[in-house]
Amino acid sequence: MKRRSNLPDKPDEVEQVAGNGLLHRRALLGRSAAIAGLVGTGLGAAATGAGAEQLVEQPWSLQMGEDTPAYQTPSKFAKNVVRTLANPKFEPRSSLSRTPHHLLEGTRTPNGLHFTINHTGIPQIDPAAHRFLIHGLVKRPLVFTVDALLKYPMISRPAFVECGGNSVPLFSPKPIQADVQALHGLSSCAERTGVPLSLLLDECGIDPRAKWFIAEGADGPHLMRSVPLAKALDDAMIALYQNGEPLMPGNGFPMRLLLPGYEGNMNVKFLRRIKLVPSPAMSFWESQVYTEPMPKGKSYNLTFLNEVKSFITRPSPGQDVKTPGYYEISGIAYSGKGKITKVLVSADGGKSWGEAALQAPVYSKAFTRFRMPWRWDGRPVTLQSRAWDDHGSFQPTRAEFVAARGQLDAVPPVVAFRNHHFNAITSWAVDARGKVSHAYA
Amino acid sequence: MPMRERLFAALLCLSLSASATAFAAGLGSPNLGKPVSSADMAHWDIEILADGTGLPAGEGTAAQGALIFATKCSACHGDGGRGTPQALSGQPAPPIIIRDVQLKGIDASRTTIANYWPYAPPLFDYIRRAMPWNEPRSLSDHEVYALTAYILAEGKVIDTKLVLNARTLPKVEMPNRNGFLPRFPELMPH
Repeated sequence: MKRRSNLPDKPDEVEQVAGNGLLHRRALLGRSAAIAGLVGTGLGAAATGAGAEQLVEQPWSLQMGEDTPAYQTPSKFAKNVVRTLANPKFEPRSSLSRTPHHLLEGTRTPNGLHFTINHTGIPQIDPAAHRFLIHGLVKRPLVFTVDALLKYPMISRPAFVECGGNSVPLFSPKPIQADVQALHGLSSCAERTGVPLSLLLDECGIDPRAKWFIAEGADGPHLMRSVPLAKALDDAMIALYQNGEPLMPGNGFPMRLLLPGYEGNMNVKFLRRIKLVPSPAMSFWESQVYTEPMPKGKSYNLTFLNEVKSFITRPSPGQDVKTPGYYEISGIAYSGKGKITKVLVSADGGKSWGEAALQAPVYSKAFTRFRMPWRWDGRPVTLQSRAWDDHGSFQPTRAEFVAARGQLDAVPPVVAFRNHHFNAITSWAVDARGKVSHAYA
Repeated sequence: MPMRERLFAALLCLSLSASATAFAAGLGSPNLGKPVSSADMAHWDIEILADGTGLPAGEGTAAQGALIFATKCSACHGDGGRGTPQALSGQPAPPIIIRDVQLKGIDASRTTIANYWPYAPPLFDYIRRAMPWNEPRSLSDHEVYALTAYILAEGKVIDTKLVLNARTLPKVEMPNRNGFLPRFPELMPH
């Protein structure tokens, strides 16, 4: 059977859908093997066989390999695929690790590369001694062991968790030259498995006077957040597993609260207590840290929701394109409100847009991978992505965002958090040499 | 479909569609939680609500707090809470606690407890649950009231002589009390 290739022999065979070489997404559909051949290579070279090499037996094909570890770790040739650490000397302040989006693909963040923020180090919790208390405005306060929770009916779902401070370097008045890991690395996505919080609250019996709950961790700061009770009855989960294995210590072992779509800090790790209350605590995190000073006087607080966002992971700073030819633009989109319905990509700084292919299935409140075929002609371009969700929300341009939310007066350190909840469009400038840098467009 | 399979399919549907409530109500919840008395949970029952609900007995003043701050807090927060050189340079560091700055624009680094927090009781809550950084929950309630008084007095929010306790702390009027609005009012409980 003759297999029709979707790869164009000539550039003109695939319809250009937007300026500077963006091609119709049909060039990607169902052609994963062929697409892989396109990525990062000039089609011309591949087609003509230029640069061909004699294929030989390598040493690893001629000898025994190494022993099998009980828990496998990445290839020594993939040692660069790691998180960046914001407090490597473990000074008395928060420790952050950021996900290397530019070196990953698909929609699930591996557990070892999931971002973490811990405020007094990572507690080493013995699950046999851990207790989880539900009390306050309930008919029956109850204490659960980890073993008891493992016997409950469970659900699994993918969900992104994103720090409310992710992407905030883009509040800078000038584009900070940093890679996608530094700019957007405080967001990750995993499948989590656990017990619906609503089930446990049913067992306790909710007092109708309860409007909020506070969630508290067993870590040193006893981190506490206030959450509207409606979220507990909607899709909150007591998560015990992440990507199929027990939670990593940095992500909350032995259990964490998962509030799909809500800012990361609220997804309380090392969860030991939930108390139903009539009004919020306005904890340190709600009174100062996760608030957004506005240009004119007032500040937003109790923001909770992470709004629709997308960014291109490849090409991106450090992932240069080098030679003219075909590339796949790849990126991540997500919304705290629901499903991603559309991602548009521009290669001319927003003058014209083409619709990207979304990797199916698209899950609510989870990373959605988008892909866009692109033929780069070697001239400078500006790449952007813009996402829509099923609530009709869409990413603002940076200019629109700044008009509403303002920007800083001076360039901050890239690791500083001078405001929160930034979700406008990110722009990557590609120069004539193929070097990719952060830009405002 | 045989009855057992149908029952299994129904169960699967219920649990997978996150109809946990229906599962619990219709088929009996596992009920593996253990009842717990108020006395047994007292040591964990530490949150203070914004209105001061939960504040314990005890009291303290700014003068007492200054001494405690010098021994237990200034190593990380700088002399008198005025920041370490690292913090003052704008780099990530333990927060500057006392700072004579005004809110300006969107720069959150200009927010302080005194010029920004809408309520005073959460300050007691945070010090008691989280501080000192390397020894949380080591402070007595008296010490926490004293440190709260010190920070609020240095920030010119309260009189330096005021004795803070469960009665006086909720009455402290924070200057930025009306400085906030929720980003998504529809998410707020009514």
